[in-house]
Amino acid sequence: MNARVKFLVGSGIIIITLACLAYVGFTQSKTYYHTISELSSLQGGALHQRMRVSGNVRTGTIEHVSGRVNFVLEEQGKALTVSYIGRDPLPDTFKDGAQALVEGRLTPDGQFVAEQVQAKCASKYEANPSQAPAAGRPGQTSSSTGAPAAGDRS
Amino acid sequence: MDIFGSFALILALLAAVYAFAAGLAGILTRRTLLTRSAANAGMAVFVLISLAVASLEYFFFTDNFSMAYVAAHSNRALPAFYKFAALWAGQEGSLLFWSWLLSIYVFSALFVNRNKHPELMPYAGVVMAGVQIFFLVLNNFVASPFNVLASPDAAGTLRLASLGDGHGLNPLLQYPEMVIHPPMLYLGYTGFTIPFAFALAALLGRYPGEKWIHITRRWTMIAWCFQSIGILLGAHWAYAVLGWGGYWAWDPVENASLLPWITGTAFLHSVMMQEKRGMLKVWNVWLVFTTFMLCIMGTLLTRSGIVSSVHAFAQSSIGNWFVAFLGLTFIVCFWAYWMNRDYLRSDNQLDSLVSRESSFLFNNLVLLAACFAVLWGTLFPVLSEAVSGNKISVGPPFFNKVNIPIALFLLLLTGVGPLLAWRKTSLDALKRNFAWPLAGGVASGVIAAIFGFREIYSLICLILSVFVTLTIFSEFYRGARVIAARDGTNLLSAVGDLTMRNTRRYGGYVIHFAMVLIFIGIAGSAFNKDIQKEMGVGDTIAIGPYTILCQNFDHTANNNFESERATLEVFRNGRSVMMLYPERRFFLASQVTETMVAVQTKPLHDLYVVYAGRSPETGKPVIHAYLNPLVKWIWFGGVVLVLGTLLAMIPNRRAALVLRPATASSWGEPAADARAIGAIARASDAHD
Repeated sequence: MNARVKFLVGSGIIIITLACLAYVGFTQSKTYYHTISELSSLQGGALHQRMRVSGNVRTGTIEHVSGRVNFVLEEQGKALTVSYIGRDPLPDTFKDGAQALVEGRLTPDGQFVAEQVQAKCASKYEANPSQAPAAGRPGQTSSSTGAPAAGDRS
Repeated sequence: MDIFGSFALILALLAAVYAFAAGLAGILTRRTLLTRSAANAGMAVFVLISLAVASLEYFFFTDNFSMAYVAAHSNRALPAFYKFAALWAGQEGSLLFWSWLLSIYVFSALFVNRNKHPELMPYAGVVMAGVQIFFLVLNNFVASPFNVLASPDAAGTLRLASLGDGHGLNPLLQYPEMVIHPPMLYLGYTGFTIPFAFALAALLGRYPGEKWIHITRRWTMIAWCFQSIGILLGAHWAYAVLGWGGYWAWDPVENASLLPWITGTAFLHSVMMQEKRGMLKVWNVWLVFTTFMLCIMGTLLTRSGIVSSVHAFAQSSIGNWFVAFLGLTFIVCFWAYWMNRDYLRSDNQLDSLVSRESSFLFNNLVLLAACFAVLWGTLFPVLSEAVSGNKISVGPPFFNKVNIPIALFLLLLTGVGPLLAWRKTSLDALKRNFAWPLAGGVASGVIAAIFGFREIYSLICLILSVFVTLTIFSEFYRGARVIAARDGTNLLSAVGDLTMRNTRRYGGYVIHFAMVLIFIGIAGSAFNKDIQKEMGVGDTIAIGPYTILCQNFDHTANNNFESERATLEVFRNGRSVMMLYPERRFFLASQVTETMVAVQTKPLHDLYVVYAGRSPETGKPVIHAYLNPLVKWIWFGGVVLVLGTLLAMIPNRRAALVLRPATASSWGEPAADARAIGAIARASDAHD
């Protein structure tokens, strides 16, 4: 076997190993993004996926109950009841009318259990749509709720 | 004054267009006068953009809030230091800043080579001017930083408007490091334009020989160095400011900065294959092209928000321009390659699997795999939506799963590669070079495992780090011993002498050592601890060897922000060791709250404390404490990396210059020294 063939075999092994690792990592961490109106049409396995949903916090719906925070997200007239069970404090930008992005899973009764909440003050966003910082972390004015969410900032 | 700035920008665009057109005409008609004047126009672009930048800075310092950009990113109470940095706080200013840095590079490249390489420079000048035209079109017509605020009056005509005070600078950017981080990263991004221009120029002009490779390599090293500093400063900023306890989150923007760094690193290695063995010519040209395109892609990801649009936050239409430019660049590159592919024929074949060549090939293979995985993961939301209609994002587990094994394999190659001979390495040489370092690495691994150190990746990282460090030190030692024995000097001055004789090789070793330090720091993250607790006055948290006692909460205010601060006393073994003051600041102009992290950094670990906010239930303050081992090694590794790169860029000291014929090849050729200094050459000609 000449060196070229050996090198190609070695490369093949490396690439296949990496591809397997990538596949495993992908299935572990993939998160679907859905709009609120799409949620009602999801079926089967799609209902149990980890997902992200965004919308505006309906005014007056934020209530703090023991161990969780409940609120209603709305987008294009559709509403979604969300229950935040994360242990991190909610971002300061999380207020009535704020744009929020929640990450978690749907329960069988159509509620959404969120482990992470990011929020962005709506008025600030409209006042200054182009504001992205120099380092270019888009969406920086949103405050996220903790360590894992920082990666989801943008 | 706004007229002044935008006028300077228009003139800069005209100058760039002239540099492009006259350069092209000069190449076609072979008139030196035309190419000369094109190069002068290229240099003039720098002066004109500088005037535009000065004009915008003038608006910031004079608080001119009739300028839309100034009103959006500054306010009266902003400290002068940050008014200066506000230049690159938003899209328009960032793009102007980008053009300006690019023009500095272009100016330097044109100036340094003004009387050199008459066959290469005209082509390079045209390519550089082409890139400048694109950015100047954006500056002038798409994202002008010189827009004024205006509102229609009763008759419908626009009247200039001015705000009493600006919206203020984003509080996240009000941090000293943010003043240096973006310039460094941008100097990296823009710097890769120069190697790109020279590579494309060499290909288009079918420039004979490998001289262009030397030029390209030097400029790549400069850009690579800035890119490294930029990435590390960005990581440090994320760590010190964002307050989530980490420094890297595989955020699309972080990934964007990493991609050209990876391909740039691959190029800096594979270029040696071309210099020494005439191999991988096509590969190298495409690595340079890809690096440049990834830089443009990075700007696209950073500025357009196509990936972050998954989250429905910041967006802009500027992305289309970048996509078009990226497409055009690819077409030009591919056309240039296809027309001149015979120029890139390889001189040699791979001789053995155990050789320097194959270690470089594996290095490039896994670097490209890492680049591909990061790119794929970053763009997945866009790709999946285009293919299946579902937006799917992938998180850190994906990136870590792929990149940790790649990183460890690269660390292994860092130790092995430089000690393998070109063409073929004998078993005997393998034993001689690797027996002791390998034994040292395995021994340290066994000892660590006995002491309960069981995290598998960190354990492998430790073994490899010790192995690589020992190979690097043994290289310095063996070379220095030869010199010390010959000259009768002591070993330490012999190390200096050795290094200066072949700065490129020994600078490279220093950079490798820096990477080891960074790897150790990253491996430490496997042992991170954190704890979060509601705290009243008198409550305590225990983390690692520390106990944190909450002493007080207080409020302060100035005309920039209001602050809520915790006073924490830290005890170790019952003794008070330090005070920490984590803070939350509410910035008045932008109405945004930010955390100010309190970090106590030590060589072995950082104690990192965040005032996380108030509990939604009880209203009590929540304190989040992290104990992050070895983080400081990453920043220290960054400093060593910069020193190593600078060392590698110093020209070699030539003890035997007079003995060589004047036509012999230039710096960086160990073979040239070999004729004069046999003893050293024997120790080193198999390397470099």
